[in-house]
Amino acid sequence: MSRLLLKNGRVVDPASGWDGAADVLLEDGRVAGVGPGLDSAGAEVFDAGGLIVAPGFIDMHVHLREPGFEHSETIETGSRAAAAGGFTAICAMPNTHPVNDSATVTSYIVERARRHAVVHVYPIGAITSKSAGEELAAIGSMKQAGIVAVSDDGRPVMNARVMRRAMEMARSFDLPVIDHCEDLHLSAGGDMHEGLHSAKLGLRGIPACSEDVMVARDILLAEVTGARFHVAHISSRHSIGMVRHAKSLGLPVTAEVTPHHFTLSEQDMIPYDSNYKMKPPLRSPCDAAAAIEGVVSGAIDAIATDHAPHPGSEKMQEFESCPFGILGLETAIALALETFVHAKRISLLEMVGLFTTAPARILKLNAGALSPGAPADITIFDLDTAWTYDVNRSFSKSRNTPFHGREFRGGPAATIVGGRSVWRRDQES
Amino acid sequence: MPQGLLGIEDLTREEVEAILARARDFQPLQNQTNKRLDLLRGRMIVNLFFEASTRTRTSFEIAAKRLGADAVSITASGSSVQKGESLVDTLNTLAAMRPDAIVMRHAASGAPHFLARHLPAPIINAGDGTHEHPTQALLDALTILDHHSTLEGLRVAIIGDIVHSRVARSNIYLLSKFGVDIVLCGPAPLLPPQMAQLAAGVTLTHDMREAIRDADVIMMLRVQLERQDDSPFPAGEYYPFYGLRHEHLDLAKSDVLVMHPGPINRGREISSEVADSQRSVILNQVENGIAVRMAVLERIMKQ
Repeated sequence: MSRLLLKNGRVVDPASGWDGAADVLLEDGRVAGVGPGLDSAGAEVFDAGGLIVAPGFIDMHVHLREPGFEHSETIETGSRAAAAGGFTAICAMPNTHPVNDSATVTSYIVERARRHAVVHVYPIGAITSKSAGEELAAIGSMKQAGIVAVSDDGRPVMNARVMRRAMEMARSFDLPVIDHCEDLHLSAGGDMHEGLHSAKLGLRGIPACSEDVMVARDILLAEVTGARFHVAHISSRHSIGMVRHAKSLGLPVTAEVTPHHFTLSEQDMIPYDSNYKMKPPLRSPCDAAAAIEGVVSGAIDAIATDHAPHPGSEKMQEFESCPFGILGLETAIALALETFVHAKRISLLEMVGLFTTAPARILKLNAGALSPGAPADITIFDLDTAWTYDVNRSFSKSRNTPFHGREFRGGPAATIVGGRSVWRRDQES
Repeated sequence: MPQGLLGIEDLTREEVEAILARARDFQPLQNQTNKRLDLLRGRMIVNLFFEASTRTRTSFEIAAKRLGADAVSITASGSSVQKGESLVDTLNTLAAMRPDAIVMRHAASGAPHFLARHLPAPIINAGDGTHEHPTQALLDALTILDHHSTLEGLRVAIIGDIVHSRVARSNIYLLSKFGVDIVLCGPAPLLPPQMAQLAAGVTLTHDMREAIRDADVIMMLRVQLERQDDSPFPAGEYYPFYGLRHEHLDLAKSDVLVMHPGPINRGREISSEVADSQRSVILNQVENGIAVRMAVLERIMKQ
């Protein structure tokens, strides 16, 4: 019987609303108890004095690149970056090669993750075959093989009728539909947010309305179909407003935001530096402010990173030739602390909820809580340690981030998956 | 990082004035039998053109030779670019041959800015995508100053495909530093509202007559079909509404200058009659290009 006692920490558990001193006892991969004076005979002890002990954080939007693009990332390296970022579970987007559009690919990912990943990996299946936007993928079989949602992330379904059918199927199998909302005709050729900065730099724009029209479409389709619709990486203020409105109507609509969209805007870009190139693009300061306000008001449910590794050879090119996407796993907690907790916009309990109860609820996962019997997945972090992000020491295979060299206050300290420590800051060389 | 010339936006008014003053020193050379100076003897300049260009490349070559420097010109076709070498590798290879400056044209906006962060040699931007074309704006200013004692207070209309024009951006930045009243004109798909915020003194109109009224200078731009994914407006609508014809000139000042960075498309954005008229200074622009580029090369390599 393996037992681990996390002693003297400040336990923050949004599921129960608890925020206060307590010990947590883990036993055989389950939470055995939370409280003072637990019977911990024979347990290994982890002194969490001065640290926050929270349910394991879940990143519902990650690109692990395996199978097919192992030069950028693998399930193993991505999972190690996740552990170092304080995540105990990550969702793998299906835009691999082959695309995860069948039970075979889903099973392959599940099996590779079982052998090589240090955190839980939940695959997300494609909406359409090869994410080509035409024929629906085998959503039911993929669910049986382990997917927790469907999405054609990066290659959004442009045909509204196909999307309607997809939502109907997803509803039949009780899966949420996650949409990367982008009208590809409006955004065609674009490399950054359309506005003054794109005009100045002579780069083609991705207008905010290319996101907005698809959020509007999908909300209307969610109402017609009754499907659960989740907006991936929301970035525009009008989209956030529409999600708020949909919620007020009682529609099953949720949204996530990435740390880069609430910490950076187009004004922060180093001109032509591809570490600032992603989709959706860094938008205007108004949009970034709306993202923060959306989290504070509850219009936005969750924080997800959209961790998108690309090797240096692909990012060291003319800006317009570089692929979209940046790393996110290792800086997410620190950026969320900086924007929301240190700035006193929301409570620590609420911030933890954005990474735990929210994604667990959206994806219907048995995770994100410290109740007895729950999986022993724990994120331990602190609020005050000063540190500087050095991407050259990242566990990811790639190095594309705008946050290299950024100074942070507080961040991940230890990550426990299934009762076993998979990463500890004090054991970093 | 060595100081090159990436754009007009980063220059001060004084720096622009210094380049123009030096260019004026070089203008008389055009009429001399011996056109060669030895100010940059022994220096080597690489002209690296990833995009088709006749006048700019030739003009830089002549400017380098007149200064006594050695100039090597490389165009993208026939070079290692076609063998799939990355831009960084190509430039690093050239940099290893120790040129004193690299003159570069590229179809991607920001390509020289990106390279300037990774290369030891100074880079002179000879046009990057739809971003800047600094020597064009300098030679345009020199051409205007051949006819006016100062830029201050002039009214300049820039008409055509503004959104895709690096010439327009560089001119806007330069003219704005001198308090010029700048009117941009074109159909809305080629003239997004953000262009008005690019610099002080810029206004927008979609009405060509409005743009030309009382103008001291009319700069016409080519419609850059090669930079457009689709047709942003019906082709037949362009010339009737945005093509410069003789009847327009009556709206402008009587001594208005008609300019065009070339290549011109007669009957598309400008009538033959206007292009060849007394008011046209299009060939003077080409001539002034050499003097301006001599001034730029000297400034960068004398450091």
